[in-house]
Amino acid sequence: MNTAQLRERMQAVEARDLLRHPVVLSLLVLVALFAAGNVAAPGFASFGSLTNVLRIAAFLGVIAAGQTIVILGGGEGIDLSVGKIATFSTVIVAQVSQGQDERLLLAIVTAFAYCGLIGLGNGIGVAYLRIPPLVMTLGMVGVVTGIIRVYSGGQPEGRAPAMLSALVNGTTVGGIRGSVWIWLVVAVFTIWLLRGTTFGRRVYALGANRRAAELSGINLQRNLVLLYVASSLYAALGGMLLLGFAGAASINLADQYQLISIAAVVIGGTTLAGGVGGYLGTAVGAVVLQTMRNLLIVLDIPAAGRQVVNGIILIVLLSLYGRQRRLRQ
Amino acid sequence: MSPEQTPSTLQLVRDARSWLLRGRLPVATAVALLMVTLVANLLIAENFLTAFNIRSIFANVIPLAAVAVGQTVIVLGRGIDLSIGTIATLSSVVTVSLVEPLGLLPAMLVGLGSGAACGLVNGLLVAVVRLQPIVATFATSFVWSGLALYVLPPGTAAAPRMPDVVVQGYRNSILGVPNAAWLLLLIALSWLVLKRTALLRHVYAVGGDEQASYATGVRVVRVQIMTYVVGGTYAAFASFAMLANSGSADALAGGNLTLVSIAALVIGGTRLSGGAGGAGGTIIGVMVLQLLTSLLVALRPPTDIRQLIDGLLVIFALALAGLWSSRRGGR
Repeated sequence: MNTAQLRERMQAVEARDLLRHPVVLSLLVLVALFAAGNVAAPGFASFGSLTNVLRIAAFLGVIAAGQTIVILGGGEGIDLSVGKIATFSTVIVAQVSQGQDERLLLAIVTAFAYCGLIGLGNGIGVAYLRIPPLVMTLGMVGVVTGIIRVYSGGQPEGRAPAMLSALVNGTTVGGIRGSVWIWLVVAVFTIWLLRGTTFGRRVYALGANRRAAELSGINLQRNLVLLYVASSLYAALGGMLLLGFAGAASINLADQYQLISIAAVVIGGTTLAGGVGGYLGTAVGAVVLQTMRNLLIVLDIPAAGRQVVNGIILIVLLSLYGRQRRLRQ
Repeated sequence: MSPEQTPSTLQLVRDARSWLLRGRLPVATAVALLMVTLVANLLIAENFLTAFNIRSIFANVIPLAAVAVGQTVIVLGRGIDLSIGTIATLSSVVTVSLVEPLGLLPAMLVGLGSGAACGLVNGLLVAVVRLQPIVATFATSFVWSGLALYVLPPGTAAAPRMPDVVVQGYRNSILGVPNAAWLLLLIALSWLVLKRTALLRHVYAVGGDEQASYATGVRVVRVQIMTYVVGGTYAAFASFAMLANSGSADALAGGNLTLVSIAALVIGGTRLSGGAGGAGGTIIGVMVLQLLTSLLVALRPPTDIRQLIDGLLVIFALALAGLWSSRRGGR
């Protein structure tokens, strides 16, 4: 009888822990958001609406993947330049390709190279010049803004090649758009990168205890640089997808992802202190944030009210999981 | 060389060294940067020393200076406020809309109160609900700017304006010194007073080691809340300067103050992880940023590369500041 009671109790504890798991929690929030949306606007929880959310969430999801890696690496790691780098990527791809399919590959390679160089700059600033990541990447926003200005003369030319647009917007089985499949591939790759490779294990080690990681032979500075390069490459990819969706580049197309990418990471259960969390949570976080945005559009509140509600929902989402421990403990 | 002189010179060097190593190195770097930018301006900008130019430099720098000092208090307590610029925006639209019905001073009081109230909400979210400051204040920034849009929708016909006395007064001088420069002095003095309060001692303690200060009986939660309230109040002061500078309010202005204020305090030698630094350095950092801008205007580079140079200069200043602070801080 005692063992039965014990087993029952353990199961209850397990169930409670499962409920507290950030990914599960975010999924529950997602269901709640869709249910609430369906009450306010019938049809919000339809399959078509869900695929539409996923289609747009893909851009945030890809950009936030890089953000996740930087934050997991700890040491107050954060990348405020992802939005601007993604914007730079849209400008490069549009200008280099000039909307021609045969130049798309060249454009993509160029964008990855240039954006990777900017990530390299971030990494060198953080790892070797020891500038705090927050301000280093913030300063980089100013630099990239300037680079975009020089590169485009303030008025980006060209547009998305038809092939890129087809890849991102094309409808496949069940009305699922191309961007969702691309995101799925990116997600699987990222989870493998973080869980299955030496690089990923180093990221967690650096985030959990930087000193211990260094003492066990991990080259701190070189790996820090890699984190920021990775983040900028993800941002570049996100920018390319966004260009395929938007059709034409502008000098601030992806800027909004600067801070919302951090929100996606935190809502997904990755702590800003580093070392704890993973990409699955971020991906769900991105879907939650996009659902919230769609819901606010469907509800048709005026701009001022929408901003306020947006902020309040964000706070509620953050309090569900983004909370830190109390001092006493 | 007399026998007594050698030890005293040595002593002097030793004093200077220990002063620098006691954590003054970051501030010394900021002062050096200020000197360099100042001299560069004097050499390159032809009409730098004209009364008009000096007046507009100070007039433009006050909003950022006030916000940055508020941000410094928050950062010292191991927090950060990404909504501080939108608090200034909200407080400015509240103030300017109430000038007509209530009169100037009551309107400013309400504006001040709204800034402090926003800070209180931020403080509660961070210290009591224990959200991570970066994301919590990012979330509230939507709320403040939404409220600002609600109070004063952009494109309102016959938008309320500040009385001319305020706008004129902001640009005038007393004793040959621009009023805006007096205001900067006032901000600096307010910091010197604040620094001597028990609150700020506790803020430094909490920023240095949260657990230890909790164990020694510092009311950590209350102290953290107060840093955000103080920050919000400074943001309200910044909003008055914004109003006086332009005469009217814009529900979309102010947001960019937030991130620049963080750059300014880092250049001024305040550690982002809390506990070390001070608003004196921050004010120097603000001046450095402003002088870099004015230098850039004077150099007249092709407009296309101006932003790029500006960004590179800021990173350069950050790198110089980071050179000392992080090596000492360890964290």
